[in-house]
Amino acid sequence: MSVMIEKSGPFGHAPSSVSKTMSTVLLALLPATLFNVWLFGWPALFMFVITVGACIIFEAGCLAWQDRPVKSTLFDGSATLTGWLLAMSLPPWTPWWIGVLGAFLAIVLAKHIYGGLGQNVFNPAMVGRVGLLVSFPVQMTAFVPPHPLFSQGAPGFLDSLGLVFGGLKNMDSISAASALGHVKTELTKGIPVSESLPQVFDLTNMLTGMHIGSFGETSAILILLGGLFLMFRGIISWHTPVGLMGALFVCAQLSHMAAPERFASGTFHLLAGATFLGAFFIATDYVTSPISKKGQLVYGMGCGFLIWIIRNFAGYPEGVAFAVLLMNALTPVIDHHIRPRTFGRNSKGEPLPVKGDGK
Amino acid sequence: MKLFPIRGGIHPDYRKERTAEKAIVAFPVPAKLYIPLQQHIGAPAEPVVQAGDLVKKGQLLAKGQGAVSAPNHAPTSGRIEAVMEVTAPHPSGLPQLTIVLESDGKDEWANDLPAPIADPFAATPDELRARVAWAGIVGLGGAAFPTPVKLNLGSQLKIHTLLLNGAECEPYLTCDDRVMREYASDVLDGARIMAHTLGAAKIVVAIEDNKPEAQRIMAEAAKPFPNIAVTGVPVQYPMGSERHLTQAITGLETPARKLTADLGVVVHNVMTARAVHKAVREGKPLLSRVVTVSGGAVSEPKNIEVLIGTKLSELISFCGGLAKEAKRFVNGGPMMGQPLPGLDVPVVKGMSGILALTASEVNEQPANPCIRCGTCVTICPCGLVPVEMAAVIRKDHLDQAAHLGVMDCVSCGSCSYICPSHIPLVHYFNYAKGMLNAQDREKRRLERVKTLAEARNARLEKAAAAKKAAAAAAAKKAAEAAASQSTAENRPGA
Repeated sequence: MSVMIEKSGPFGHAPSSVSKTMSTVLLALLPATLFNVWLFGWPALFMFVITVGACIIFEAGCLAWQDRPVKSTLFDGSATLTGWLLAMSLPPWTPWWIGVLGAFLAIVLAKHIYGGLGQNVFNPAMVGRVGLLVSFPVQMTAFVPPHPLFSQGAPGFLDSLGLVFGGLKNMDSISAASALGHVKTELTKGIPVSESLPQVFDLTNMLTGMHIGSFGETSAILILLGGLFLMFRGIISWHTPVGLMGALFVCAQLSHMAAPERFASGTFHLLAGATFLGAFFIATDYVTSPISKKGQLVYGMGCGFLIWIIRNFAGYPEGVAFAVLLMNALTPVIDHHIRPRTFGRNSKGEPLPVKGDGK
Repeated sequence: MKLFPIRGGIHPDYRKERTAEKAIVAFPVPAKLYIPLQQHIGAPAEPVVQAGDLVKKGQLLAKGQGAVSAPNHAPTSGRIEAVMEVTAPHPSGLPQLTIVLESDGKDEWANDLPAPIADPFAATPDELRARVAWAGIVGLGGAAFPTPVKLNLGSQLKIHTLLLNGAECEPYLTCDDRVMREYASDVLDGARIMAHTLGAAKIVVAIEDNKPEAQRIMAEAAKPFPNIAVTGVPVQYPMGSERHLTQAITGLETPARKLTADLGVVVHNVMTARAVHKAVREGKPLLSRVVTVSGGAVSEPKNIEVLIGTKLSELISFCGGLAKEAKRFVNGGPMMGQPLPGLDVPVVKGMSGILALTASEVNEQPANPCIRCGTCVTICPCGLVPVEMAAVIRKDHLDQAAHLGVMDCVSCGSCSYICPSHIPLVHYFNYAKGMLNAQDREKRRLERVKTLAEARNARLEKAAAAKKAAAAAAAKKAAEAAASQSTAENRPGA
């Protein structure tokens, strides 16, 4: 009797898996998503379904093309999550091809070209968004004011299909700027922030989400709820969100105190744009962020600082996607330099000196 | 008692309730016993009996060889059937030299066993160590490191604390728990003898908080001894790791490549303490141990006091056989235990558990790509970066793995257990450690060959030089002699 044993222990495993992790994140995104489907109506729902569906189809195609197991890998939920986050970062009313093209950029270009799940350097959803933004700035900045489902003036089911597939012909008449965009445009016209800001900044609406923005980013409270749920379930830790929001708030608030005419306040920067979505759901992407907690704190702070720089000094009103991609590029460097201290060794890796009573 | 936090760790599904309330039962003497000569770390024992010999219980069967080794004794009386190769309880399933003893059913003790040491605290450490060495005691927590070697640390280092390890942090296992509950005074007596041998003034008994009954009983038994503290430690795997337990109790972090003894702390398992008690107070060698037989496939899990050398198949039958199909048989706990090649192998000294695990308990799944979630980094109790080490080992870059600290890994298995992608991380590390150790041995062997060759050359050169010098001296002498002779010959009047 001699049975060769192919694997050492442990002979037991935590009830964890990639698909469980992914579905927990999806669950956390659900409240904000449902709210925003209600807020922006049928066209937003179609855009969401198209984007997520396209991601799943591209994922399946890439897997089949590479002779990888399609069925088991497809349902790990990673492509769904990428599509979901990409949809949340797009303008709520957008032609169908924007979602499909974004899905192509995210899944094929940003994920599978690099080797698939776990191998990509850049956050796929943000590559999708940034690729679209720089290629189609008009469509990507055509925001609409809230049109709650079944409310007066909200497009019906068929109208919405026409909007999404037939083109948004009268978009100019209904589109409006996001808060960040408004402040930026006014500033270029020479109108100080202190004047333009009160026109768009309503604290209650910013918190609940009743304002103009990308499909999934408007409700700070519901996104925070999802983020806290992820922390409670141990999927993410506080390091990245706190680093990001802390750095952004400190930079914004200090500059605001120094020059209130030129810079918006810390509170505004926290609640406007994709700050909450970015802090809890995008910058925390496992694959493209550092693996150590300390590294995540540094990475989050880097993101926050870059968001502030881009929003205030660059051409674009919003900077979350750019900031995250830039910090993605630094992740390997952060991981190389910031690592936990090994038991029995100092931070340089040398054995600790012998203390205690032994000689 | 003030405790200190340890880094990381996990909270696996403990499943101790299956056997925690099962009192230790004795397994009857089996018809045949198989005593492997290597049940410990170090050199194998050397048999002193041969086929056909009649032996009594407790009689020496094989003596230890060299500084790190342990002898074996006859677990019962009977006839030596053979000294032959038998499948060892080792993952390889390879055979090793084993003494096969056929029981005569009388279980008669040998009459030449050493007398009990009535007052061990009046005995010298050397006497006590000699007795423990005679008894063949090794670490019964699972490592099976010869105990006398560890008890000798007091002669080189100043030891202040004997840390008695009752953490039993491995899931399923309850044998230490039961021994503490049922033999508390024996365990503490053994611990006091060990502390005396080490010259340690203080004894701390550390028991995880999931064993409140053992904590209570041990604390009660320790009341008469002011130098013994019984303390609970948090339920946090791998609390029972020597270095981590030392840190939790003393706050001292053992430097890399040093021993806890360098900090003045020696750690022994509770069951080892009981074996020391028996050897010293009763003059009996280590013939049996308590083992937890558990796992979802076992009909009636039990804690069993069993003679070393009993076949596992007999123990499983004693537990009502297998109720379900077992996916894995494990020697020890599920986290750090070794896979068994089957049940046709004997119980050895270091076997704390025999687990027959079902497929759902093992939960083995094909590995998925790493999603860099960083959980392995967060929970690694050694502060390593498992994901990074596994990546370089997969490419067989062992020097990089060594640089990343793979040799500082204690193989606790926490990273493999927690990995959502089911990547067998610790399997990679064990492979790398094995290869690096082999490389190291080879390097040392080459160095030794080189030194020997150099020494030989030097010796030969010296010999040649001496020969030359002797020849020269002889020639000179001969010349002188010749000269003197000729002088003599030329002496006038000769």
